[in-house]
Amino acid sequence: MALSAVEHPADIERLRRQVARRHIAARTGLYLAAIGAASLAAGPFLWSAITAFKQNGDLYNAANNPFLYNRPATSDHVGYLFTDTTFPTFAWNTLWVGTLVVLITLALGLPAAYSLARLDRPWGTSMGVAIFLVYLVPPSLLFLPLSRIVAAAGLQDSTWSLVLVYPTITIPVSVWLLMGFLKGIPRDIEEQAMVDGYSRLGAFVRTVVPLAFPGIVAVVVFAFVLTASEFIYALAFISPTSEKVISTGVPTELVRGDVFFWQSLQAATVLVAVPIAIVFNLFLDRFIAGFTMGAVKG
Amino acid sequence: MARTAEQVEREATPTPARGPRRRLSDRDGFLAWAFLLPSVVYIVALVAVPFFLAIAFSFSDVTSGDPSFDWGGLRNYQRIFDDPVFWRSLRNTFVFTAVSMALIVVFGKILANILVADFRGKWLVRFLVLLPWTTPVALSTIAWLWLLDSIFSPIDWALRQAGFIDGNVYWLGRPGLAMASVIAVHVWRLVPLAAVIMMAGLVAIPREIDEAAQVDGAGFWRRMFEMKIPLTLPVVAVAALFGAIFTFTDMTVVYVLTRGGPTNSTQTLSSWAFFRGIEGGDVAQGAAVALFLFPLLLAAAIAILRAVRRMEVM
Repeated sequence: MALSAVEHPADIERLRRQVARRHIAARTGLYLAAIGAASLAAGPFLWSAITAFKQNGDLYNAANNPFLYNRPATSDHVGYLFTDTTFPTFAWNTLWVGTLVVLITLALGLPAAYSLARLDRPWGTSMGVAIFLVYLVPPSLLFLPLSRIVAAAGLQDSTWSLVLVYPTITIPVSVWLLMGFLKGIPRDIEEQAMVDGYSRLGAFVRTVVPLAFPGIVAVVVFAFVLTASEFIYALAFISPTSEKVISTGVPTELVRGDVFFWQSLQAATVLVAVPIAIVFNLFLDRFIAGFTMGAVKG
Repeated sequence: MARTAEQVEREATPTPARGPRRRLSDRDGFLAWAFLLPSVVYIVALVAVPFFLAIAFSFSDVTSGDPSFDWGGLRNYQRIFDDPVFWRSLRNTFVFTAVSMALIVVFGKILANILVADFRGKWLVRFLVLLPWTTPVALSTIAWLWLLDSIFSPIDWALRQAGFIDGNVYWLGRPGLAMASVIAVHVWRLVPLAAVIMMAGLVAIPREIDEAAQVDGAGFWRRMFEMKIPLTLPVVAVAALFGAIFTFTDMTVVYVLTRGGPTNSTQTLSSWAFFRGIEGGDVAQGAAVALFLFPLLLAAAIAILRAVRRMEVM
């Protein structure tokens, strides 16, 4: 229809205006949809951020407009979070548990991924899928027996229990991601290294690992975020305050008696959410590439 | 690491790669196993073993106070079948999963279409949109807990200003609304994940197909329903199943938001297993409750594999 109408100049003009109108409508719709999606997604955090700087008298008055500062904003509660609560302890625990778990994950996962992606065993692909499916086995199915295992190992109420158990969550995902990244490295390079006299192991350490470095960084980020987010194991294994991590400590400990101190609680939420989201965004494209490459036959 | 480097150094001295004496570090068959085994052993020891232990526990009388294993037969199952809370949890789990999954697919699809488009400030939108997914669930649920507070909820305030209500809604205090709130949080936190999965699928559609359809005069909706959705169906299925699994097995949202209340109306299998097994100390019964998650998980995993296979065929 459009093609046959191009006969007369007037028709062309009409068509052009119609296309332009449609274009503007489509762009407006897109921007409205994008703004709507962003505010729905970030809304609760925005509310948290507003709350974090409110004075008690302002916050706990149901007649006040909750979105405005009816009294001057204060950073007292944010400071309180660091000086008078166990939040720094939780953050420190999360940090070192995450670091150790990431190291274990890389030490075990990188060779496994190389084995699956490159060493051309007949069982390579199906084994890769099997390992990935372990990621779908939920903590809620395993936390009870694991709590007995942890107790038997003498690690109950210790952060070390998480160092022991979290790699079961991070290794399956990381192996899959690393498989994807390793498949993206041309085989010629390590073959060249082997021609030059390196063994297979030497070629792996000397050429593949450095080349996969960007992928490894992505895996480090992903694995760390997974450990920082885990809740059930941390809640089931650990009860002393000093051993808790952020994800369990903040919801269970930042409560005075039955009173939540909301400003500090919300400050903690935003302080954790924003940095993780920033780092995640930087690596998002690489995550997608890794996950989809894992499925490609190498 | 340093030691490995030294070993490599020694091995790096020129040796023919295909000599009669091939070193261990050169034999692919050996290396493949040596590289893979540590991960497999770790996973078997801390995933497969606990899984079978869970089955064993469910037929025992293990409690956290008395961890000795005594055969209990089917007593745990009998007790949970007699317990109305168990049936309530089972039903809730299915309701939460089914409703969330449907909403996650719809909103995920919309969000994916927004995220593949080009517009100004896209990085900011992407950052804000991903927040719910990247934030640890326990913390983002705290933001919701405050958003749905019984007295100071800003939603209530807005509704009051608009004249819809007089007092407070008590989002988490009424069974129906509490269930809706739990579902809302699940949908909110999983839509970004679904969108990212579907985005990967949308990007994979060859541009030529879209352009060809456009040249042939297919409009936006027609291209959407007759081309893009059928082509990305396997990816949509994967996104839906991931959403289902994460909703199905989650207890964090319920634990932080409602603790299963009011009067167990938002209890799910996972949260009930936790309350029984850890807080109630009845490990055996908790394990029996949690095991009911397994058949559905298995079905979901098989469905994912089938969807992925369909993608490969394409």
